[in-house]
Amino acid sequence: MSAPVIFDRSRDEIEEEANGDVFDIEIGVSDPEKVGDGMNAYMAYRVTTKTSLSMFNKNEFSVKRRFSDFLGLHSKLATKYLHVGYIVPPAPEKSIVGMTKVKVGKEDSSSTEFVEKRRAALERYLQRTVKHPTLLQDPDLRQFLESSELPRAVNTQALSGAGILRMVNKAADAVNKMTIKMNESDAWFEEKQQQFENLDQQLRKLHASVEALVCHRKELSANTAAFAKSAAMLGNSEDHTALSRALSQLAEVEEKIDQLHQEQAFADFYVFSELLSDYIRLIAAVKGVFDHRMKCWQKWDDAQITLQKKREAEAKMMLANKPDKIQQAKNEIREWEAKVQQGERDFEQISKTIRKEVGRFEKERVKDFKTVIIKYLESLVQTQQQLIKYWEAFLPEAKAIA
Amino acid sequence: MTTLTEIKLLPTLILLVSCEYLAIFKKTVAMHEVFLCRVAAHPILRKDLNFHVFLEYNQDLSVRGKNKKEKLEDFFKNMVKSADGVIVSGVKDVDDFFEHERTFLLEYHNRVKDASAKSDRMTRSHKSAADDYNRIGSSLYALGTQDSTDVCKFFLKVSELFDKTRKIEARVSADEDLKLSDLLKYYLRESQAAKDLLYRRSRSLVDYENANKALDKARAKNKDVLQAETSQQVCCQKFEKISESAKQELIDFKTRRVAAFRKNLVELAELELKHAKGNLQLLQSCLAVLNGDT
Repeated sequence: MSAPVIFDRSRDEIEEEANGDVFDIEIGVSDPEKVGDGMNAYMAYRVTTKTSLSMFNKNEFSVKRRFSDFLGLHSKLATKYLHVGYIVPPAPEKSIVGMTKVKVGKEDSSSTEFVEKRRAALERYLQRTVKHPTLLQDPDLRQFLESSELPRAVNTQALSGAGILRMVNKAADAVNKMTIKMNESDAWFEEKQQQFENLDQQLRKLHASVEALVCHRKELSANTAAFAKSAAMLGNSEDHTALSRALSQLAEVEEKIDQLHQEQAFADFYVFSELLSDYIRLIAAVKGVFDHRMKCWQKWDDAQITLQKKREAEAKMMLANKPDKIQQAKNEIREWEAKVQQGERDFEQISKTIRKEVGRFEKERVKDFKTVIIKYLESLVQTQQQLIKYWEAFLPEAKAIA
Repeated sequence: MTTLTEIKLLPTLILLVSCEYLAIFKKTVAMHEVFLCRVAAHPILRKDLNFHVFLEYNQDLSVRGKNKKEKLEDFFKNMVKSADGVIVSGVKDVDDFFEHERTFLLEYHNRVKDASAKSDRMTRSHKSAADDYNRIGSSLYALGTQDSTDVCKFFLKVSELFDKTRKIEARVSADEDLKLSDLLKYYLRESQAAKDLLYRRSRSLVDYENANKALDKARAKNKDVLQAETSQQVCCQKFEKISESAKQELIDFKTRRVAAFRKNLVELAELELKHAKGNLQLLQSCLAVLNGDT
């Protein structure tokens, strides 16, 4: 399914406009609320949009959406835009285990963490999607943000028929990719593909290390808390008064430090680790777009081969002198000539779009990483400043032991 | 590329290994120093010939380890002691000082044992986190060298930061180990030794009481009275002597404990401060460079 030509032109115009426009739209996802009971329960999230863009009816508005709504939105956008070369940001991943815990009603910290993780991911997903000038113009996106009622997206159910079909298609695609031998006339594409491949590998490695850090930091927090309690007990049984006091103070310091570790682990995860995991999935989308270009080329190439066959068939008919068959052959040749032309146009269009998209993507990537790295370092600075405060307060207590 | 990265990381690897070695070496030296100082401060032990030989003999001492027989003897001694310990600790002490010490030591020993274990775990977690910083630094370096965009400078600078920060974190872990974990471990053993001393005194008390009973019996039967009297006097002397030295040892134990904790807690706080300030300075200067870039 390819977009109608008329849509293509106006899209280009709108993009020019958007580039001059001040990008002014802010999305927040908040207030997760459990709706319903038992296995049919779900989390509803409030999606708030603040904007001065004229295409929206109001400047500030909010709606309630559930996770499958987000998946539905992504599905629609992907279907419309991926195959023509636009890098559509991927939606957050499903988690049957995580969601089941929430449905069953476990009010423990792991399900609260899961909901918070999801909320933050949904927010980042929407922010990335609206940042894309073409996607921002899409009516489905606008409907998602604005309208109070949304038809339920049924095809996103994990074990549904459509879900299984999607899985099969993905597999078929993978097999296809191996057999497509494209004549790459443009070195830029090959280079970029290699670059993204390398970036993918490195990001995965970094992500694994950061995940390990989050894990160890949480362990450190737990062990510090345990030590604090133990030190308090030791202080209680110490019969030298001043030393007893100092040990209690030490216990208090360690308790505060435990809090610090928890906050730092939070930053490790939400600021650093989640950015990396977002980009790993984004790069998968980029790779997908390159794959679509290859498929597009394949279609064009197939059309050329078929045209050639039709010409040969016509020549045969001419020799055999069958007038009605000759006419049919001529018709088919015209049909396939048009298809070849369309194929070439599509291929050029997708190549052009991808070049622009990759340029935009790289700019975003640089900005994102710079922002996140600075934010993360600032969290580390805060932790060290607090540590200094705590130990500076403790030192005179230790010196006071007489 | 792999080879180049490995070569670049080799000096870091050497530094890592030598840092570890240095940390362990510092620990060992500290423990030995404490031990020798204690022996030197002890009124009786300081006069021991073995101690003098240890300090003065300028050639190799050729100490032999315990042979099988001696190790077996130790094992049996410990077994007897723990069986006895159960019998003897039930006896309530007439002397308030020793009664208080016994209650105190039993509880203190258990709590210091717990604190020591928890401190060990905390120190190990710190080290794991420091190791993660190392891996993150390497990954960032790899990203930085591959990236052709603006952000490669960021990656390289932050990689450098993580390398330096990791060294500080490793030192935090090592210092906590030295000043806190080792301190607690030491007093775990010390409080055990104090408990053992109380046990020996209790044994001596039991012997004394038994000797008293034997003397009464002998007097009642008017048989072997002299023998019983001598035996009772010996037990009495032993008991009084051990009580006197035990009292002094236990008072000293408290004094030393307070001094050791004070010294170590002060040093711990000072080192934590030093490292936190070091880390802060690294982070702030890195941020200054990165912010100047954007």
